[in-house]
Amino acid sequence: MILRARAELDRELAAIRERMLVLGERVATTIDDSLRALRNMDKKLAEAVIAGDAELNEMRFEIDEACQSVIATQQPAAGDLRAVVAAMHIVVELERMGDHAAGIAKTVQLMGGDRFERLPETLERMAARTQDMLGQVVEVYAKADYERAYNVALLDDKIDDSYQSLTHELLQDMLEDEKSTTRGLYLLFVGHNLERIGDRVTNIAERVIFMASGKMRELNPEPGDARVS
Amino acid sequence: MDERLVDSSDRVVSLTETPDMVAHDQPGSRTETNGAPQERTLETRDLRVYYGDFLAIRDVDLDFLSRKITAIIGPSGCGKTTLLRSLNRMNELVPIARTEGHVMFQGQDIYAEHVDPVEVRRRIGMVFQKPNPFPKSIYENIAWGARIHGYKGELDALVEESLKRAALWEEVKDKLDQSGYSLSGGQQQRLCIARAIAVRPEVILMDEPCSALDPVATFRIEELMRELASIYTIVIVTHNMQQAARVSDFTAMMMLGEDKAGEMIEYDETNTIFTRPADPRTEDYVTGRFG
Repeated sequence: MILRARAELDRELAAIRERMLVLGERVATTIDDSLRALRNMDKKLAEAVIAGDAELNEMRFEIDEACQSVIATQQPAAGDLRAVVAAMHIVVELERMGDHAAGIAKTVQLMGGDRFERLPETLERMAARTQDMLGQVVEVYAKADYERAYNVALLDDKIDDSYQSLTHELLQDMLEDEKSTTRGLYLLFVGHNLERIGDRVTNIAERVIFMASGKMRELNPEPGDARVS
Repeated sequence: MDERLVDSSDRVVSLTETPDMVAHDQPGSRTETNGAPQERTLETRDLRVYYGDFLAIRDVDLDFLSRKITAIIGPSGCGKTTLLRSLNRMNELVPIARTEGHVMFQGQDIYAEHVDPVEVRRRIGMVFQKPNPFPKSIYENIAWGARIHGYKGELDALVEESLKRAALWEEVKDKLDQSGYSLSGGQQQRLCIARAIAVRPEVILMDEPCSALDPVATFRIEELMRELASIYTIVIVTHNMQQAARVSDFTAMMMLGEDKAGEMIEYDETNTIFTRPADPRTEDYVTGRFG
C-alpha cells in the first residue's frame, strides 16, 4: 500500500469543489426558473423559486462549514489555502445570486396581469448574457482557468450596457404610455437583479484568478476604487 | 565590557560597545523589503559547507534582517542545520567540516583570520533541539556562562533579568538553587534560552527548539520568540511548517540539488511563502505534498 501525502486534504478539497459545482448548477437552474416564471407569469413556479432559496442557503452554510473544517483540521497552505478562501467567497456570491433569482420571482408574484406576449428584447438579451456568463464562470472555476476568467469578467460590460439600454427603453415607454408604468418598474427591478448577478459573476472571476494565480485583481471597479489595476 | 570579535591580541577587527543588556543598532548593511530599507545583522555570501569531500550546502546568499525572525525550512537532509551552524562557526566543532564563502555579522566576516570563534558564538548564540541545561542549579545555568565570559556586573541581577526575558522567572524565582534538570521540558528550554541571553548575544540561532516539547510548551516558546524579536535577531530551523508560518517574519526554503548539495531556492516574507510561493517546489513542500 502506498500512502500519498495529504490524501485526506485532497479528498476534502475535492468534496468542497464538487459541492461548489453542484451549487453553481442549482443557482443557474434557479435563475432560469425565475425568468421562465416571468415570461409565463407562472406564479406557481415563482413560488417554487422563492421556496427553493432556503435550500441554496443551506448548501452555502454546508460548504462554509466544510471550508472552516478543512482549515482547522488540515491547515492548508499556498494553493490549497487559496482554494479554500476562494470557495468561502464564491459560495457567498452564488448564494446571493439565488437571492436575486428569488427577487425576480417575487416581482412575478407582485406583477398583475397575463403572461407576456414577449419580454422586451433588451431584457431577454441581458438575461441570456447573464446566464451564459454564469455558466462560463462555473466552468473556469472548475478548471481553475484564470486566463479565461479575465475574459468572462469582461462580459459584464455588455450586461451593464444592456441594463442601461433597458432602463432607457423602459423609461421611454413609461413616458409615452402611463399604463405601462407599473409593469415597466417591475421589469426595471428584474433588470437590476440581472445586473447584480453579472457583478457577482465578475467577483467570482476575481476569486478564480486569485485561487489559480495568487494575484488579486479588481475586475469590477467602483468609481474611485484604489485597487483598480 | 569588551565586545571584540577577537580576543586577547590587539589585532582588533571590530569593536562594538554594548554597555547594557540591550543589543544596540549596529551600522550594518541594509536591504529592502517591500521597498522599505531594513538593516541586516547577518548575511551569507556564496556560502558553501563541505563535510570532507561532500558538499552539504552550496552558494547560499541570504540576509537576516535585524530584530526579525527568519525561519529556514526544507526537507530532511537539505542542509538547514548545517546552514544554521555555519552562522556562528559551530560547524567547526565537526572535524571534517570546511566552510567557504562569507558570513558577515554586522559587516564583518566571522570566518576572517583573527576572529575568535568563542566570541562569535557569544554574540551569535544557539539554542538546541533538545533542552540541554548544565547539571547545575538553575542559578548557575545562567551565571556560569556570563562568569566565564568575564562578566563583572551583579550576577544576581543578570540571572533575574535573563530569566525574566525568557519568561521563566515567575516559575523558578523561589527555587533558583534547584537543579536545572528538575524543570519540565518546556521550562528547561526556556532556561537554555535564558542562558543564551545571559551572555548578551545579538543573534539567537534556534535549531528545532520545540521538537521535544508538548503543544502548550511549544506555544510558550513561540510567544517568547516574538517577545525576544524586539531585541534580538532570531534564526530558527524547523520541520514544523505551521510553526514557521506562525512565528517567523521571513522564510528561506532549502532543497537538495541533483548532486545532493543543499540549496536555498526561495526566500520571501513568510506570508508570501505560505500563501503564494513563487517556486513550485516551495508550493509542494508547504502544502505537504513533498518532503
